[in-house]
Amino acid sequence: MKVKNYSINDFFQTIGHSLLSFFAAVGQFSAFAGLSVSHVFRAPFFPKNFLKQIVSIGYYSLPVVGLTTFFTGMVLALQSYTGFTRFNAESAIASVVSLSITRELAPILAGLMVAGRVGASIAAEIGTMRVTEQIDALRTLSVNPFKYLVVPRLIAGTLTLPILVLIGDLIGIMGGYIVSVHVLGFSAGSYLSQSWDVLQPMDVISGLAKAAVFGFIVTIMGCYHGFNSGRGAQGVGAATTNAVVTSSILILIFNYILTQVFFS
Amino acid sequence: MSEAVQTPKISMRDVRKSFGTKKVLNSIDLDVAEGESCVIIGGSGTGKSVTLKCVLGLIKPDSGSIKIDGTEITEMDNDDHEDVMSKFGMLFQGGALFDSLPVWENVAFGLIHGRKMDREEAREIAMQKIEAVGMGRQVGDLYPAELSGGMQKRIGLARAIAANPEIIFFDEPTTGLDPIMADVINDLIVKCVKDLGATALSITHDMASARKIADKVTMIHEGKLIWTGSVEELDNSNNEYVDQFIHGRAEGPITKHANMV
Repeated sequence: MKVKNYSINDFFQTIGHSLLSFFAAVGQFSAFAGLSVSHVFRAPFFPKNFLKQIVSIGYYSLPVVGLTTFFTGMVLALQSYTGFTRFNAESAIASVVSLSITRELAPILAGLMVAGRVGASIAAEIGTMRVTEQIDALRTLSVNPFKYLVVPRLIAGTLTLPILVLIGDLIGIMGGYIVSVHVLGFSAGSYLSQSWDVLQPMDVISGLAKAAVFGFIVTIMGCYHGFNSGRGAQGVGAATTNAVVTSSILILIFNYILTQVFFS
Repeated sequence: MSEAVQTPKISMRDVRKSFGTKKVLNSIDLDVAEGESCVIIGGSGTGKSVTLKCVLGLIKPDSGSIKIDGTEITEMDNDDHEDVMSKFGMLFQGGALFDSLPVWENVAFGLIHGRKMDREEAREIAMQKIEAVGMGRQVGDLYPAELSGGMQKRIGLARAIAANPEIIFFDEPTTGLDPIMADVINDLIVKCVKDLGATALSITHDMASARKIADKVTMIHEGKLIWTGSVEELDNSNNEYVDQFIHGRAEGPITKHANMV
């Protein structure tokens, strides 16, 4: 009897503990995000840091995003073909490729790839700065670390991810085109016109809007986990992992929410 | 008598700080007069670093008062606090140089971003400061990762003094250096503080360093300052904690509690 009581207590205690620490973390994160965003609109600004981040977040992510969307477009055409031939619906391949790429796949893939590449590097860099007291050093030199470190990354991430996705859209559709025309033997002209005709402005715009949100998620998560990094190499490692995992999950959740908002 | 008139540069009253259930600072009272060099000695984990970071404003104490030039800093908002920071220079234990920037820009960082100085002008001052800590101008164009530990400490010192601060903080300035380089750093600290006429607050567990740079020594133990006196009085303190620490003995009142546990 007694044993049973204890185990029930333990059970609720465990739930209570994890709920409490979850809400504490959410609260801490919200405060961090609010503070970061408030600094976006207040001088001084660091344009040099911003340009550096544009290059490291945007330009250097181009190969990764280009390759993933390219092969995804190709495989999409191939898979749709094997499925659609059963229903004599081969003509729908072009529209399936261009709609799935612009609405879902380019933003999601770019978001996840950038979460791995950029989120990890932001968390590692800021985490190392935290551990080696460089963030304290910024403050003793009268420079606000939010303005110097967080704001340039946030803006760069939010602005460059849509551009990456737009390029990804083009490359992904091109991947589908190459497979359809050169492997599956479709006519180039009709494939292109089908791809183009089915696209509504909203399909592309919703994808770009998603990308902006994902860019914000990746950079704020990288900064947050870096800022709150534990001590030593282990702390920085954990911060990096957490940044990638939380931003990837948030990207998938927000992708659903945004799709619901845009298309219903 | 003059003490009654002069406001201390740094004044701490009943400063307390806990992390979780651990009381790190348990009522710290400390005055540092203008132009004085005060060294806090004590073992690892006794609250030295936290004391320093409270005065710097990097950690907010749970209670108590910290005044700089008579102005309370614990209640300040961020913008006012950045103004107070401009009076400070800090030499971090590991140097804390920004590894994405060349050495000269590290030294000039506070001038360029804190004081909005022109880059060329700031570079010239940075180069002078690099020479002042005994290094050549060519070092200015290297990156921190290319420097040895002793050189990084010297550049950290150059950065701390670049904006001619009124108060300089030294966090374990000689830790991790060989004895000769440690003495070089000690000499530089004494020279820089004297040249600037600055007030200095240092923490260290290196007694050779403490004897060299201190006017006043105070010992921290379990979050309390247990002895304060001039550097000359250090050897006749009649305090068994101080005696154990300055002679580096394993046996004594400091370790007695630890041994019992």
